[in-house]
Amino acid sequence: MEPIIQTQKLSHIYSAGTPFERGALVEVDFTAYRGEYLGLIGRTGSGKSTLIQHLNGLLKPTGGKVLFEGKDIWANKETTRQTRFQVGLVFQYPEYQLFEETVYRDIAFGPKNMGLDGDEIDRRVRQAARFVGLGDDMLQQSPFALSGGQKRRVAIAGVIAMEPKVLILDEPTAGLDPVGVEQILGNIRDYQQAHNATIILVSHSMEEVARTVDRLVVVHDGHIPFQGTPREVFQHGGSLEDMGLGVPQMTRVFHRLRAMGVDIDPSVYTVSQAKEAVLNALAKKGAV
Amino acid sequence: MDQAIIQTKNLQFTYSAGQEGQEESRCVLNGVDLDIEAGSFVAILGHNGSGKSTLAKHMNAILLPSGGAVYVNGMDSADAVRLLDIRRTVGMVFQNPDNQIVANVVEEDVAFAPENLGVPQEQLRRRVDDALKAVGMYQFREHAPHLLSGGQKQRVAIAGVIAMAPRCIVLDEPTAMLDPVGRREVLSAIQDLNRTSGVTVVLITHHMDEAAQAGRLVVMSKGKVIADGPPKEVFQQVEQLRSVGLTVPETTALLWELRQAGLDVPLDALSDADCAQALYRLLA
Repeated sequence: MEPIIQTQKLSHIYSAGTPFERGALVEVDFTAYRGEYLGLIGRTGSGKSTLIQHLNGLLKPTGGKVLFEGKDIWANKETTRQTRFQVGLVFQYPEYQLFEETVYRDIAFGPKNMGLDGDEIDRRVRQAARFVGLGDDMLQQSPFALSGGQKRRVAIAGVIAMEPKVLILDEPTAGLDPVGVEQILGNIRDYQQAHNATIILVSHSMEEVARTVDRLVVVHDGHIPFQGTPREVFQHGGSLEDMGLGVPQMTRVFHRLRAMGVDIDPSVYTVSQAKEAVLNALAKKGAV
Repeated sequence: MDQAIIQTKNLQFTYSAGQEGQEESRCVLNGVDLDIEAGSFVAILGHNGSGKSTLAKHMNAILLPSGGAVYVNGMDSADAVRLLDIRRTVGMVFQNPDNQIVANVVEEDVAFAPENLGVPQEQLRRRVDDALKAVGMYQFREHAPHLLSGGQKQRVAIAGVIAMAPRCIVLDEPTAMLDPVGRREVLSAIQDLNRTSGVTVVLITHHMDEAAQAGRLVVMSKGKVIADGPPKEVFQQVEQLRSVGLTVPETTALLWELRQAGLDVPLDALSDADCAQALYRLLA
């Protein structure tokens, strides 16, 4: 796998020299690979928001480096600027950041800033709108007349329209109902596949990351204690609980079952895996 | 039977054109009859646009009915003279804490509302401290709210409502932005309030596991109540819930899948322990 974005001994201290001085990141080595769907989990205050804000140059490291495609993003002004276009960041509750008169103009804001010509902007706006399931008829509406879920999709389209190689989303599903959650996750998956883009999904829902991502990175106390496939990471159930993260509900149920003396593989983390495991165990029991 | 602290009678609400960015008038509540018993813990679940937030805003007269009526502790919410009493009876916590914090220091923010209600200084100190302790934010009392995380800010906002000592607290998706521990802390603070102080809690939520912890679960769709009962009963209606864009807790989802596969398992094993027990009986 080819790294697309990396941090080397990245440190960040907030409010240095004041009583609020706080080390948010401590010599963090982080890598995201081209085309992967990465989940980033960590408690409130763990440093994960600080980390993602470094990945597109919104924050400047107080120590260490951030590399995009092998180049230090702070090498010169132009590199920093280009990185911000290549690494798209969708904040929490991005719908509060809509400001234009029409959906079209809001989505076009990013590509316009990139200095693209009118035709290219138009192509990108329409394509981005399609990715998030907004019909052409909605483009001339005021974004403020839309529902919360639609507004969020407009905001995500605005970042997608810059066609970033890395798309970072901070809790994109917060506050949405189950159908809305699945739509947004599906939109993101479509974008990843169409552009071979890297997705970094920040989430508080273990169940959500469990069934969505290929790889997980855990941020705790300004460090990365665990990373790997969901199956690998969720094996550290006890430590994750101590970090205030926990494991998916199915993993918890199966650990209990195991503790009750049932011979079953406890490394399941989704409902369909759990169903498989139960049916397999029953078949095995029947065979004995 | 306990008196209903909140009562809606054939409640209807229509956003008129121009209101809240609406281009056309839109009927959001379509005849809701609901009694919230004093001291109960009720969760209200529904998809986006189901009307659940609009319903919540009727519970302390932020919105007034277009048809039907809402009574808060017997007071008609449309009666402007009782507005202060109604707001004092029912406190409201919203989704986004940033819109709810007014002061530069945490404890001043929590003191803001009770101070306005004229609570004497000595009592005020105790109320603020108790409220901050109840949400686990006491050690941050001298911090600046803008330096807190989203979850911490939300707990400060909840403390601000608790400090008014309302008889009922309505929370509109208060944990949407919190991490699992933050959610657990907020939820246990809410439960404590309900159990120890007898405060009535109405929790609007998308989180099935939070809804599962309420004593009563009301499900809304298209401006109507479509299910109402103890969570264990309501969640058994897997297909109906899914048909209105909702899901069920993963425990119920697994048991439901197993039943579809022809196995004899109960559907009401909501908690981790109950679900494990049900599987144990199947496998042991």
